[in-house]
Amino acid sequence: MIYLDHAATSWPKPPEVIRAMADFLEQAGGNPGRSGHRLSVAAGRMVYEAREAVAGLLHAPDPLRVIFTLNATHAINLALRGLLEPGDRVVTTGMEHNAVMRPLRALEQRGVTVVVVPCAPDGSLNAADVGRALAPGTRLVVVNHASNVVGTLAPVAEVAALAHADGALLLVDAAQTAGVLPMDIEALGIDLLAFTGHKGLQGPPGTGGLVLGKRVDASLLRPLLHGGTGSRSEFEAQPEFLPDKFESGTPNGVGIAGLGVGIQWVMARGVEAIRQHEIALTRRLIEGLGNIPGVQVYGPTDAAQRTAVVSFTVEGRRVSEIGLRLDEEHDVLCRVGLHCAPAAHKTLGTFPQGTVRLAPGASNTLAEIDAAVDAVAKVVRS
Amino acid sequence: MNTCGVVLFHTSSMAFRAEKILARSGLAVKLIPTPRELSSDCGIALQFEWAQRQQVEALLQQAQVELSQMQRIAL
Repeated sequence: MIYLDHAATSWPKPPEVIRAMADFLEQAGGNPGRSGHRLSVAAGRMVYEAREAVAGLLHAPDPLRVIFTLNATHAINLALRGLLEPGDRVVTTGMEHNAVMRPLRALEQRGVTVVVVPCAPDGSLNAADVGRALAPGTRLVVVNHASNVVGTLAPVAEVAALAHADGALLLVDAAQTAGVLPMDIEALGIDLLAFTGHKGLQGPPGTGGLVLGKRVDASLLRPLLHGGTGSRSEFEAQPEFLPDKFESGTPNGVGIAGLGVGIQWVMARGVEAIRQHEIALTRRLIEGLGNIPGVQVYGPTDAAQRTAVVSFTVEGRRVSEIGLRLDEEHDVLCRVGLHCAPAAHKTLGTFPQGTVRLAPGASNTLAEIDAAVDAVAKVVRS
Repeated sequence: MNTCGVVLFHTSSMAFRAEKILARSGLAVKLIPTPRELSSDCGIALQFEWAQRQQVEALLQQAQVELSQMQRIAL
């Protein structure tokens, strides 16, 4: 089987990740930060270590400004619904996932102005277009770091500089980039970064988080959930300190145990090494698919300008048929359709039929890419 | 640990950070349930040897670890 759906979730997970999760349930399964007994302390220590791992990997200034959530969508909702007020203006792009567009459209109903900056047909964003869209009252700019449809990278540092010059904050959706692209939140000027644990970070589903940069005044960010935090228990008001303010309820300890070890795995292998490996796989895939008559490949032609996500269509053929035949006849697993990103497909010109998406990851080999290209060629021929 | 001190924190995350910093410097520290008579700020407190309080204070201050209080306790 050739697994080419790492943009949906990475697979297989490193054995260490699975072992850490089993160990958590067997040996350190207390409720983190609640009780003072050894199992609770062990669980709490493990959650804190994972917080440090996230901060270390992303060069975040403070592990306590890493807020764990269930996934990137949860983190994006916390940022958008926690920050934006009726009358605020938010600028985003034509390459966003519904994790961004749906909460923004809901906020629009409540008086938030949403401005969408168009992107080029290869998904690329011109930072100057964002600059032109900024206007007084713009509270936030939201940018997808890399497209989940075609992998196109956004010019995050340039957008950050423009946003800050106009007094706006920058929220980056890093669902596709955390763990596969070297990242320095401070250097890039990212104010809020939403990540998921189960893709490039090699952790399990049910993990993710929002990282707050130095410019974000956490007292202005409202929590999505209120409840027990194991702290200030004599008061019925939500605590204001981090991370407790935003982490009510028992956390996903078993998932975070896996996430922490997943990040260790990524750091041991090296993000730069993973990046170079994925560029090599992507280059081979783009070249191979481009040589098949009738196949149209979307996104930037240079593999270094994108993450390892390659979308294509075949003239006169339905994407669902191609996906099914790749799976059943050739053991190649991919994702077809709109990938929860109708806005991005409109930008690419592939709405509403969608694309076939092949998304290699750290565990794939060049030989697997060659086999997958052969499989596509066979499906296209017959 | 006959004469001990405890450090209380707003959040257990800070307690784990403090434990790591102090243990790395070779101090004998232990996370214990917060003594009820002090506070219920968060469920765990960091116990240390009172004789080492100046080192504890200096290391936590240097690492910008925010604490809610530091107390001498009789065990």
